[in-house]
Amino acid sequence: MNQFRRAFLKGAGTVGTVAMAIATGLLKPGAVFAATWNTLAFTTKDLSEAISNAGYAGATDSSDIVIKAPDIAENGAVVPVSATCNIPGTTSMAIFVEKNPAPMIADFAFSNGAEPYISTRIKMAKTSVVRVSVKAGGKNYTNSREVKVTIGGCGG
Amino acid sequence: MSMNRREFMQLLAVAAASGFALNSRSALSADSTGSFYDLPSFGNVSLLHITDCHAQLLPIYFREPNVNIGLGQSMNKAPHLVGEKLLKSFGIKPGTREAHAFTYLDFENAARTYGKVGGFAHLSTLIKKIRSNRPGALLLDGGDTWQGSATALWTKGQDMVDACKLLGVDVMTGHWEFTLGAERVKQVVDNDFKGKVDFVAQNIKTNDFGDPVFEPYVIKQINGIPVAIIGQAFPYTPIANPRYMIPDWSFGVQDDNMQQVVDEARAKGAQVVVVLSHNGMDVDLKMASRVSGIDAIMGGHTHDGIPAPIKVKNAGGHTLVTNAGSNGKFLGVMDFDVKGGKVADIKYKLLPVFANLIEPDTEMATLIKNVRAPYEAKLAEKLAVTEGTLYRRGNFNGTFDQLILDALMEVKGADAAFSPGFRWGTSLLPGEAITLEHVMDQTAITYPQSTLTEMKGEMIKAIMEDVCDNLFNPDPYKQQGGDMVRVGGISYTCDLQQSIGKRINNMMLKGKPIDPNKTYKVAGWAPVAEGAEGEPIWEVVTSYLKDKKVITPRKLNLPKLIGIEDNAGIALPER
Repeated sequence: MNQFRRAFLKGAGTVGTVAMAIATGLLKPGAVFAATWNTLAFTTKDLSEAISNAGYAGATDSSDIVIKAPDIAENGAVVPVSATCNIPGTTSMAIFVEKNPAPMIADFAFSNGAEPYISTRIKMAKTSVVRVSVKAGGKNYTNSREVKVTIGGCGG
Repeated sequence: MSMNRREFMQLLAVAAASGFALNSRSALSADSTGSFYDLPSFGNVSLLHITDCHAQLLPIYFREPNVNIGLGQSMNKAPHLVGEKLLKSFGIKPGTREAHAFTYLDFENAARTYGKVGGFAHLSTLIKKIRSNRPGALLLDGGDTWQGSATALWTKGQDMVDACKLLGVDVMTGHWEFTLGAERVKQVVDNDFKGKVDFVAQNIKTNDFGDPVFEPYVIKQINGIPVAIIGQAFPYTPIANPRYMIPDWSFGVQDDNMQQVVDEARAKGAQVVVVLSHNGMDVDLKMASRVSGIDAIMGGHTHDGIPAPIKVKNAGGHTLVTNAGSNGKFLGVMDFDVKGGKVADIKYKLLPVFANLIEPDTEMATLIKNVRAPYEAKLAEKLAVTEGTLYRRGNFNGTFDQLILDALMEVKGADAAFSPGFRWGTSLLPGEAITLEHVMDQTAITYPQSTLTEMKGEMIKAIMEDVCDNLFNPDPYKQQGGDMVRVGGISYTCDLQQSIGKRINNMMLKGKPIDPNKTYKVAGWAPVAEGAEGEPIWEVVTSYLKDKKVITPRKLNLPKLIGIEDNAGIALPER
């Protein structure tokens, strides 16, 4: 990335970027400003209940959901996770971390044909499966990958 | 019966083994390196490879491991073969010079017979010889070059930077280099190396925007053929080493990005694509199966001296994977025959560097002498004499690590001690004096603090389980390539067929089971967290050595291993 773009983005800050995304129709304002916050799904401690409460139950495994996450986390406090969904008609994507005290991490809704791509940083207390679930064309799909969290040291 | 040359050579070896010093340089050599290094040229593209020299500028002894266990799909396959199993697998005759180079077998006698290995002045002569009939050959350095000796630590790697430039390194990647700090690495790459050495790493990005920190690859013309060298730095540097040294950089295996880089290099016309890797061999083998379009991965990190390449199938055909040992002991030579824009054939040889067979290069010898001059007297200080062989390498313990553990427990007044499972560090023969230089060879790092921590039994177990999983997780991408943390004072069993949390059992301290809720005093060193305080580990070891004066043969604290039946990665020495 060139230095100008780096400086510009740093200066613009989060609020500006999000505002731009809304203005261009990539995100529904409701998705950002939480008109429909699903308290039940986000606070439940049980994984399958959280999935069910968020409306992602009964999902079919799909390799069309491509998850990018480190094999071993460099810092469990900020684990970068991104996912792309190649299933046509994707309307929402959610992230669950099985071993977290509250497994549901995020739920993203897509409208106006926005590309189903999400990228965020999540906190993980220990090694766990990271699951991404998708709603597309009235059906549910899911894929997962394990991220290892280690205390470090002792390498080579 | 007349004696043929082979028999004469065998007689010489016997003579040497029975105590005669074998002046092989004059006995064997036609030129300054001898026939041992006559390697006929092949093809039209050649790459020479060194890796993990750990800043050893002078010839040293280095004992290969007798415990290097592989499990699951890795079991009984290179690199997880030791001793006679390794020799048999690669068709190397026992009792020979090569057998000594690649195995621990009969280490003391063989080391006395064949002498020290490595040394940059000797390596330099050998590289010049190999290059003489391979025009355009490139020299690749897989990293772990600027760390591992007192002089490298005290000059912030400058001695190695200068030595590598003189050696003629063309392309480099890294790992321990980063423990000198991000700024120092950038300083060398942007100044000392500018226009001379390409430092490449496709898997290092900035934390904020994911921008590449270094060039991912370089394309070099060799005899008119475009050859791409892609860098793969150690993926777990911020985990295995202190994060604060490189706060703004993110690593990882990133094999999807590797595929993109390979495709890009091919699209730009590269006819040969080679990855210069610091993944470690198990990770390289997995990566070779997942990424297509790579002709060879020339690897390091796990310090496996593997005599022949391992062929790995993938979607695009196959990829050769090599690993070139450590401590300057080996030079890898890969010759490609490129025909019609494609690699038609590859020949590979991993040459052991025997100092006795090679005349040291004068210019390099002078550089080394000058680098060492200010420190020579200090480094030569004799601290004690060892009665047994001292070495480090092995999955669970080494005699030099046991010595460090013993020193930690006694000097710090600890119940137990941890010492990191590093794979670098030279070896000493029985009767040798242990100098400060030898101690630094085992301990010279930029985070050398020794610590004494009150730890609950459950925490001790958690640490041991965590490190053990970094070694024996069934997925190579979840391994970090070091060895098991060395444990002093606590006996335990290790069930290798189990998963994390269930491998370490029967932990006992002084005949009593470790109580999960009881607090113990545990000494250690090399903390990866910022802000730890304590005298450098070399001071702890030095004071212990000076106090003892004579170091009796160490009794290794080894776990009782479960689940190693028929495993060719473990052999217990006869004695």
